[in-house]
Amino acid sequence: MRLKRPSIPYIIWMAVFTFIPIALILYSAFTDSSGGFTLEPFTKAFGYFDVFLRSLWIAFISTLICLVLAYPIGYIMSRQKKSTQNILTMVIMIPMWMNFLLRIYAWITLLQSGGPIDTMLSLLGIHTTLIGNQGAVILGMVYEYLPFMVLPLYSVMAKIDNNLIEAAEDLGSNRLSVMRKVVFPLSIPGIVSGVTMVFVPSASTFLVAQYLGGVDDIMIGDVIDRIFWSDQNTGAAIALILMAAIFLFLIILNFFGDEEAIA
Amino acid sequence: MTTKNDVIVSLKDIFVQFDGEVILNHIDLDIKDKEFLTILGPSGCGKTTTLRIIGGFLEPEQGTVTFEGKKINGLPPYKRNVNTVFQKYSLFPHLNVFDNIAFGMKIKKVPKDEIKRRVKEMLAIVDLKGYEKRSVSKLSGGQQQRVAIARALVCDPKVLLLDEPLGALDLKLRKNMQWELKQIQQKTNTAFVYVTHDQEEALTMSDTVVVMNNGVIEQIGTPTDVYNEPVNAFVADFIGDANIINGTMLDDCRVRILGEELECVDKGFGQNMPIDVVIRPEDIEVVKPEEAVLKGEVTEVVFKGVHYEITVMCKGCEWIIHSTEGAKVGDKIGMKIIPFNIQIMNKMFLAEKNTFYADVVSADKEANTITVHVEDSEFEIEGQYFEPETKLAITLPPSALSIAGDGVGHLDDVYIESVIFKGEHNEIILESDKQKWLMQSDVDEQVATYVPLKFDFTKAEFRVMEGENET
Amino acid sequence: MKKISKIYTALIIFFMYMPIVTLIIFSFNNGKTTVWKGFTLKWYTDLFRDSQIISSLWNTLIIALLASFIATALGTMAAIGINNFKGKKRILIQNASNVEILSPDIVTGVALMLMFTMLGVAFHFKMGFLTVLLAHITFCTPYVVLNVLPRIRHMDYSVYEAALDLGCNQWQAFRKVVIHELMPGMFSGFLMSFTFSMDDFVITYFTRGASFQTLSIQIYTMTHQRISPKINALSALMFVVVLALMIVVNLKDRKSEKQQAQRV
Repeated sequence: MRLKRPSIPYIIWMAVFTFIPIALILYSAFTDSSGGFTLEPFTKAFGYFDVFLRSLWIAFISTLICLVLAYPIGYIMSRQKKSTQNILTMVIMIPMWMNFLLRIYAWITLLQSGGPIDTMLSLLGIHTTLIGNQGAVILGMVYEYLPFMVLPLYSVMAKIDNNLIEAAEDLGSNRLSVMRKVVFPLSIPGIVSGVTMVFVPSASTFLVAQYLGGVDDIMIGDVIDRIFWSDQNTGAAIALILMAAIFLFLIILNFFGDEEAIA
Repeated sequence: MTTKNDVIVSLKDIFVQFDGEVILNHIDLDIKDKEFLTILGPSGCGKTTTLRIIGGFLEPEQGTVTFEGKKINGLPPYKRNVNTVFQKYSLFPHLNVFDNIAFGMKIKKVPKDEIKRRVKEMLAIVDLKGYEKRSVSKLSGGQQQRVAIARALVCDPKVLLLDEPLGALDLKLRKNMQWELKQIQQKTNTAFVYVTHDQEEALTMSDTVVVMNNGVIEQIGTPTDVYNEPVNAFVADFIGDANIINGTMLDDCRVRILGEELECVDKGFGQNMPIDVVIRPEDIEVVKPEEAVLKGEVTEVVFKGVHYEITVMCKGCEWIIHSTEGAKVGDKIGMKIIPFNIQIMNKMFLAEKNTFYADVVSADKEANTITVHVEDSEFEIEGQYFEPETKLAITLPPSALSIAGDGVGHLDDVYIESVIFKGEHNEIILESDKQKWLMQSDVDEQVATYVPLKFDFTKAEFRVMEGENET
Repeated sequence: MKKISKIYTALIIFFMYMPIVTLIIFSFNNGKTTVWKGFTLKWYTDLFRDSQIISSLWNTLIIALLASFIATALGTMAAIGINNFKGKKRILIQNASNVEILSPDIVTGVALMLMFTMLGVAFHFKMGFLTVLLAHITFCTPYVVLNVLPRIRHMDYSVYEAALDLGCNQWQAFRKVVIHELMPGMFSGFLMSFTFSMDDFVITYFTRGASFQTLSIQIYTMTHQRISPKINALSALMFVVVLALMIVVNLKDRKSEKQQAQRV
């Protein structure tokens, strides 16, 4: 009576629209334009090794900043009364619902020379270029993905019973050791899922660097975008390497957290 | 009088297993029209499974289910004229009381005014007049229970199945509902099959009680029958308080317990047969020591409102007596029991000792130790020597068995079938892959669990087997 | 809340809203640069006169609605089936479903483009509305599965049995009872699908072909051209819509939470 049949359409769907395309990427990455086997796409992809490393580096730094900024806010939110928690959650979520291009565009407006921040800094006598460098790219990333770090952290920490914290204090722990011994271990699943949700998209994003960075700041996503239209095979090879790197990262990350946190 | 035609549902030779674990072991059960039948047993005994087979939620691996003489194996629940009241009520949370009760009739496309009339009638029967528009989530546990009963009964089933319906209610409400259920059953003239692990519930409500344990039916009878004449120690222990003692049937109407010979009324057990004796605490009269054969010393007295519960030590055995008169701790008393109140039962475990077969897999003559194989487990036995590949018959007394902690040298996953206090010790019957075991223990083990079983081979007797025969 | 917490929370909120507020302010600026030249609504009127923007808005909405409906149906059915699998098979299917969620968008995008191009060559069709829709269903469905699966797992299975017991066949039992139990999960799955579909740029970008436009694509084209305050107006409008939607959903949630609380 317990039917398995209803899942068949979806299983077929996944096969056709998820796994065949991935298989095609795999196939393209190992063939030349005439369809013969070759490793050339990978040799070409290797030419973008520095971009690849830079992307991972920017993603890493952005994730770290997100974590540092989000952890306190997640904790603060989780200790409010229920109605405040709901309102704060909404406040954090709303920007996430704005179109991602518009959010990046907003930073162009803010940072451009002659823009509000630049004008203000000029009045203070500081003259600097705010846009077109790696800092701006990281800023854009952090802005883009901060809510994805806050929400999982908050939802895990909201489950930590206040009594538990009080009990720890009662047993003689000071604030700091309560954080270290109680809150932190219990929040690890939230960290894992937050890091996943920030790192994966920021490592693979494109456009953010094009908009906010300089010519030398392009990321691997931009490279895929640029190459794919002209040389599918190399594009596929880079996409494959990117995907492999991300899955490897997720597997390593999951040694630190429990299995469910990832999804 | 009931005749064969009165039987509505009949289960024949039903066998069910999940993942190799036998849940129902070839049971037969007849449910008669208009009767209140209770299936009683500890959790894991197979009572809910029996109910699900009748309801059509589970197909037995073997055996037939007949409904009014017709075989209904394979018939889905919605085609059976049987309805169920589920353990957790399982009301539809998105519907109000009226729509919950009307649900079944709407599916069957009963005309609207008839639905209205019958729901109203039903609500009157379950004492919820005027509750039509209420949301089921706002009802109390007892009210939800009644809606669940109404929802099932309004479909006019021949048999109503109830799966521990009062389990979630508090004691006082439960007592009320017991009485009400009986009323509803009589008003609607429907056969009720009621599953519970509460013996008191079973005794107060039922016409017929079916006692189950470990996938088999131990006894079927009226509440009076199963209380007064339990067929074995399990039934006696499960229903009511009882003193259960090992005894020997010397001859018809003569039994020996604790070294004393007593008169009883049971016959046909043969001569010098080991049997179990059950004596209900209220059947023992406290008299002066010289007026009774069994004498003892009072160790504890507890006032229970209606009676005193007196604990007496008699020849190392603990007895419970319910008496309207109290006693003092330290009193020497006699325990008078009239022959009619001494109930003799066949032993559940026929032998007094455990005998099993083992293969010697290796032996060390110098150390005088052997390693044997019993049911896929290995045991090392010190102080014995037999040639490798000898087949041994080993006999162990119940006291040589114990439940192991961690480590090697035990039988894994042995099932505890019953635990019965026999005055001095608990007698525990266990079941491994190949056989049953009798164990003596002072610990209250949990019935229907799996434990590792350990043996003390210093108390063992060894015999060498030649082929299948002993030498 | 302690003072330091308050300050910190305020700073984070300021960081998150300052860019949006700036955009909104400049959407009323009577000038093309970031220098204030007086109040105007002309960017809004321009926006509504821009037929390209309006038609991409429709495209976006249609794709989002269709994709999330189909994803909800497909995903709910899938979740029911997956729940009935046991052990390794179940883990395999769930992980397969998560691959889509965890794959970077750009990889999903180019992979689908690769397939659609090949199919297009073989069957003589061009990428456009249909391919975008298929792609959106593909990335939305796993989220529905993710939302519905826990509902099924925590559903009282005997409610379904009770429906069968009262005369429903399996389909009726599903339609009349089970679906009500799964509704909250289906609803949040639908909502997630809808927003992800609305918001998607990357996957649409790779699967849209030459001429199919959605709002994201439109914004992309606009930002690539000369900066126009029309984008500011569009941002402001979208922000207001999102804000309104969030408030509505939140109120609805709170109402159902209250009901939930009363049920217990």
